Amino acid sequence: MNFKQFGAAAFVLATLLFNPGWAQDAPEVDRTSTGGAQTLEDIMARQKKLDVDESFRSENLGDPDSAAAMSEQLGTQGGTSDSDKWRGIRYNESEITTQSRGPAADVLIQDGGMPWYELREGPVITYGGLALLGIIALLAVFYFVRGKIMIDGGPAGTRIERFKAIERFGHWLLAGSFIALALTGLLTLMGRSFLIPVIGHEAFSPLAIGSKWLHNNIAWAFMLGLVMTFVMWVAHNIPNKLDWQWLKAGGGIFTKSHPSSKKFNAGQKIIFWTVMILGFSVSLSGLSLLFPFQMPMFADTFGVINSILGTDFPTALAPHEEMQLSNIWHSIVAFLMMLAIIAHIYIGSVGMEGAFDAMGTGQVDLEWARQHHDLWVEEVQARQGKGESS
Amino acid sequence: MKVMLAGFVAALVIAALAPVVLDQFGWSSAEHWSSETSVRLD
Repeated sequence: MNFKQFGAAAFVLATLLFNPGWAQDAPEVDRTSTGGAQTLEDIMARQKKLDVDESFRSENLGDPDSAAAMSEQLGTQGGTSDSDKWRGIRYNESEITTQSRGPAADVLIQDGGMPWYELREGPVITYGGLALLGIIALLAVFYFVRGKIMIDGGPAGTRIERFKAIERFGHWLLAGSFIALALTGLLTLMGRSFLIPVIGHEAFSPLAIGSKWLHNNIAWAFMLGLVMTFVMWVAHNIPNKLDWQWLKAGGGIFTKSHPSSKKFNAGQKIIFWTVMILGFSVSLSGLSLLFPFQMPMFADTFGVINSILGTDFPTALAPHEEMQLSNIWHSIVAFLMMLAIIAHIYIGSVGMEGAFDAMGTGQVDLEWARQHHDLWVEEVQARQGKGESS
Repeated sequence: MKVMLAGFVAALVIAALAPVVLDQFGWSSAEHWSSETSVRLD
């Protein structure tokens, strides 16, 4: 097991140590004494945070077929008691009409708010924050153990064009907007917990309003940058046999060798596909949040997952549940992206001599290019020999 | 480095223009749920 694998295993084990444990199912409850209604055991089970099967309540909504005659007591209730009606409202099973228009206006009670809030303020912030600190610490340790990856034998002094201006523009459009999104997203998620106690409500308010504006609007630049980089680089990021060789050699990071590579090596391809897949996903959940209740996606997604994997995810979700799931998913995917991008920023700046030039000026040292992208250099020089552009 | 700055500036320009463009399509979420037509009076 090499140092990197050991570090990853240690991080996973450390994470599990903080895990409070998965919720367990509540034991079966005999409700004959209450005529099928809630018992003290049900209440105690919920207080113990056990998973209680709520179907005894959510499906107990009265029976219009057994409605009492109009002349009898409760005859005008239509076979449902007040409790049945409130349960219907509570579980969003009632036919509601309201004067307010809008897709969520007819949901009078939705009890997912507190679990969503607790998940957001608890595990999402805790594990997300720890993961960010963890990757920064790992990279710092890596830097001190491995040091900066230098050009063997020093730079050649001659340069070769690595990326054209339009490629660098697309990269920086994506990178600049992502950094802005990450910072404003972290401020929105964690500001209440960490900034308000330090700077107070009055100072935090304009910061939060400005962050929200920037986050909502710069998202379009991120999506444009994502499309640009995908179109420009997807052809160079199709996995091939060389990638396996590169991965087996660990990219030469520890062996100080230089496995062959074309324009993008396997490590860069992993970053590319991570950014594309997670970027697409975070964009979808972001759009769902930008246009509240207009773009529900989780019910349909769960339906597809259920049909493929045979799982039992809920496919009938209230509009608010869609928003809550979008928000949590948005945060989780964003954290994963931040972890990948922090590593990418490290290796593209302080971690490797000459790497930043590729996106800085677009011109890299020829020796650097030969050591990290030898086959690409051969392709470029062969094309230049034929009089074509790179 | 000029291209890097151009990318950052372009991101901010897009952010500034986004609300104006979205408004042209009636996509302003700020007003979508608070306009006079959002309440049914029948």
